[in-house]
Amino acid sequence: MVNTMQHIKIDPITRLEGHGRIDIFLNDEGEVENCYFIVPELRGFEKFVQGRPVEEMPRITTRICGVCPEAHHMASAKACDAVYKVEIPSAAKKLRELLYSVFFCADHTVHFYALGGPDFVVGPDAPKSERNILGLINKVGIEAGKKVIKLRSLAQNIIQTLGGKKIHQVTAIPGGITRGLSEEEREQFAKDLEYFIDFAKFTFKVFDDIVLKNSNYIDLILSDTYTQKTYYMGLVDENNKVNFYDGKVRVIDPEGNEFCKYEPKEYTQHIAEHIESWNYLKYPFLKKIGWKGFVDGIESGIYIATPLSRLNVSEGMATPLAQEEYEKFYQTFTNDHTGKIPVHHTLATHWARIIELMYAAERANELINDPEITSKEIRTIPTEIPTEGVGIVEAPRGTLTHHYITDERGIVQKANLIVGTTNNHAAISMSIKRAAKGLIKKGCEITDATLNMIEMAFRAYDPCFGCATHTLPGQMPIELCVYDADGNMINHKQRY
Amino acid sequence: MAKPKLALYWAASCGGCEITILDIEEKILDVAEFFDIVFWPCAMDFKYSDIESMDDNSIDITLFNGAIRNDENEHIAKLLRRKSKLLIAFGSCASEGCIPGLANLFTKEDIFDFVYKSSPSLEDDSKGIFPVTSTQHTEGETTLPKFWNTVHTLDQIVDVDYYIPGCPPQSFQVAAVILAVIEILKTGKELPPKGSVLGTDSKTCCDECPRVRKEKKIKEFFRPHEIIPKEDECLLDQGILCMGPATRSGCGALCVKANVPCRGCYGPPPNVKDQGAKMISALSSVIDATTPEEIRKILDKIADPIGTLYRFSLAASLLQRKQNDVK
Amino acid sequence: MNSENNTNGFEPKIVGFLCNWCAYSGADLAGVSRIKSSPNIRIIRTMCSGRVDPSFILEAFKRGADGVLVAGCHFGDCHYLEGNFKTIRRIEFIKMILNQFGINEKRVRLEWISASEAEKYAKVSFEFTDEIKKLGPLKLFRNERG
Repeated sequence: MVNTMQHIKIDPITRLEGHGRIDIFLNDEGEVENCYFIVPELRGFEKFVQGRPVEEMPRITTRICGVCPEAHHMASAKACDAVYKVEIPSAAKKLRELLYSVFFCADHTVHFYALGGPDFVVGPDAPKSERNILGLINKVGIEAGKKVIKLRSLAQNIIQTLGGKKIHQVTAIPGGITRGLSEEEREQFAKDLEYFIDFAKFTFKVFDDIVLKNSNYIDLILSDTYTQKTYYMGLVDENNKVNFYDGKVRVIDPEGNEFCKYEPKEYTQHIAEHIESWNYLKYPFLKKIGWKGFVDGIESGIYIATPLSRLNVSEGMATPLAQEEYEKFYQTFTNDHTGKIPVHHTLATHWARIIELMYAAERANELINDPEITSKEIRTIPTEIPTEGVGIVEAPRGTLTHHYITDERGIVQKANLIVGTTNNHAAISMSIKRAAKGLIKKGCEITDATLNMIEMAFRAYDPCFGCATHTLPGQMPIELCVYDADGNMINHKQRY
Repeated sequence: MAKPKLALYWAASCGGCEITILDIEEKILDVAEFFDIVFWPCAMDFKYSDIESMDDNSIDITLFNGAIRNDENEHIAKLLRRKSKLLIAFGSCASEGCIPGLANLFTKEDIFDFVYKSSPSLEDDSKGIFPVTSTQHTEGETTLPKFWNTVHTLDQIVDVDYYIPGCPPQSFQVAAVILAVIEILKTGKELPPKGSVLGTDSKTCCDECPRVRKEKKIKEFFRPHEIIPKEDECLLDQGILCMGPATRSGCGALCVKANVPCRGCYGPPPNVKDQGAKMISALSSVIDATTPEEIRKILDKIADPIGTLYRFSLAASLLQRKQNDVK
Repeated sequence: MNSENNTNGFEPKIVGFLCNWCAYSGADLAGVSRIKSSPNIRIIRTMCSGRVDPSFILEAFKRGADGVLVAGCHFGDCHYLEGNFKTIRRIEFIKMILNQFGINEKRVRLEWISASEAEKYAKVSFEFTDEIKKLGPLKLFRNERG
């Protein structure tokens, strides 16, 4: 971090997946003039998948992100099914959803305990060397650490069985899944998955004890510094309940009214992307409202797709223990337990995430006890000529869209990916700026803790910039503009 | 006595190598006890300035994952090389380029054009605006690192001491390597020869594969979704292109056990420089044809030769990237 | 035998992998018989054309070759019985991959030349050199940044 009192850089941002930097500019009064959130990495997936066979996409796109490869694997497989217009066997769908639910448990656990959680458990102004999973374990006790490790271990084992590998799964294929479940495996996993529900309950208690019972943290969550009113997006089933694997995309406005609800193949009617020259990562927004700049509110097309958002757009959770906590959540923040009034407090996302952890655990338990889960009918051979398809799932970090156009051999000609965290890019920028303005005040010393509290603004989103930066811009022309103190441009150079 | 220092960094990567380290489960607590972790952006709050202020050679081991594809990746690679006694290329991206290396099939202009001009979701006035390395705002300047036309591996940029291949390296292998290193540092035993590939065996994936291999005579290739292969027989025998013969062993043949072909993520076998060329050699031995026409007919059924043979190793291959000799 | 289109005096560097039993002997016979052959071919003798690993061809280009000639025994004459069958498959395959690498596959040529076919060796050597002259030098991108 370069602290010149004029230009502060937080470089790199930490405790998240991916690369990022925050550039804060202070005016002469020592207050925040502006704040830029910059993502300096990109790799080019949308381009270099051109020419790849579409059935390889579920194995290539997992490398967009090693933290949530399952999300890409599933969205990709669904897009492939759509490309081939093939209906997968019911057992295959259940197996994929089982894998997916187990993954959600593991992923949300990692975020809460290793990435975002330490800020609350250890304290946002704890020394830098303690603000991490090891500091968290020191604070909460080694037993808690072991519980986390056990949950992940059980989850990764199930994922390796169903998905082939723990990281970068391989079994979802157009037409189904290549590996089923034996009765012996099913029995063992059914026992393991009971632990997941216990663990979710344990995590509710950790959050309750450490955050909800701490009035300072409640004030922090409710504070203006960490509150933002945008549109919200998430997948819902036919009852408008949260579903991670399948359904329609529902968007509500900041006041809680349904704005639109669409099928995966209709996404281009609703989402467009905006570019800024100082950032490699683009900004998706709602087409029908339009890009109005980095502002929130009902007139701006900025939306978010996060656990908070998913809870906001839904009318409840599909499983009982999660539903109970959902009602408590809305009661706490809005005095109305139905969830009809959206919650706008970004830090509440940490709680929403644990509610989803419970839903995923319950859903996994439902599926492992489904009689069809050990069926051997898990693949259909596609017969139609491949053309085009869209697959959407909820990644832990937001709605994930994979769209492929192929030739008649099934070779990818064009691909468009709108990835979980990218949905939130504009909102993250705004949250960071809002936090910077709220925390850096005239006369206040800027400490490492201050800067960490600015970073907390993005951590709630659980960003995955590996996901977000799947694209690559390439050659950089340079445009140099020099302004004097009055904002007049006094020099301008360009190189193409 | 001060604990040995450990650093972990990610360049152009996906984060999977970070997660595979978490997958060593309770052993992570042993690692935290033995080492002083001084840099790990994924999990800890140390910043670049903390590294810059360290003495040279003060970090005992750096595990560097990710390929080198922009100025910032290069800068940090060189910085960590200076500050570290041992620099280990961790994972396929750092060792061979891995999936990001597939971008070497295109030029920066191609990619640039698609993302900022032709992508189907670009709609508003900003369509066609290209990001620049330096922007002067009214408040001051912000920068973006310059992107390179070609993805590089870590050893194409700095001197590398060891390699741990895999996408990602399997956690049981990672655990074995880390525990071996801890043992060496504790007892003062000799390190393996510089340049060694750790966390693997010295054979090919076929050696770990449980399927039965018979005489191969391939008359036709099939894509994985076109047939349901028999469970106990070699996939290549059945016409499904499997990179096993040209891939280093060490992963436990997980993919073939899950009924899909190997795609080569553990990199080339020992003493092989170009993984794709080695696979060509292997396949040529078993393709059942003798005239150019017959041969081409069989080869044409391979859906994506370069992207399959070089899926993980393009950036490390002899040619490294697509050339423009053919207009 | 002369070459046309010798623009800018470009003299191709061509690596020739010739098998010990047939092609190399044929080239040797040309030499002994004072039959002129192209000086642009740098000959490397391998025991069999089947010894030519595809990576040799890529390595040759990487190190500056503009063309690669691979020559072996006619079918049925291979000293190791089936080596040349593997050769033809390897060469077809590597040519296909070279195209995908953006390198003109005409820069690789496969010929069957017996120990007595000195004239054939000479003819092929000049033809191939001409062809590479027309294609021009192979300029590779490697290790470029930016």
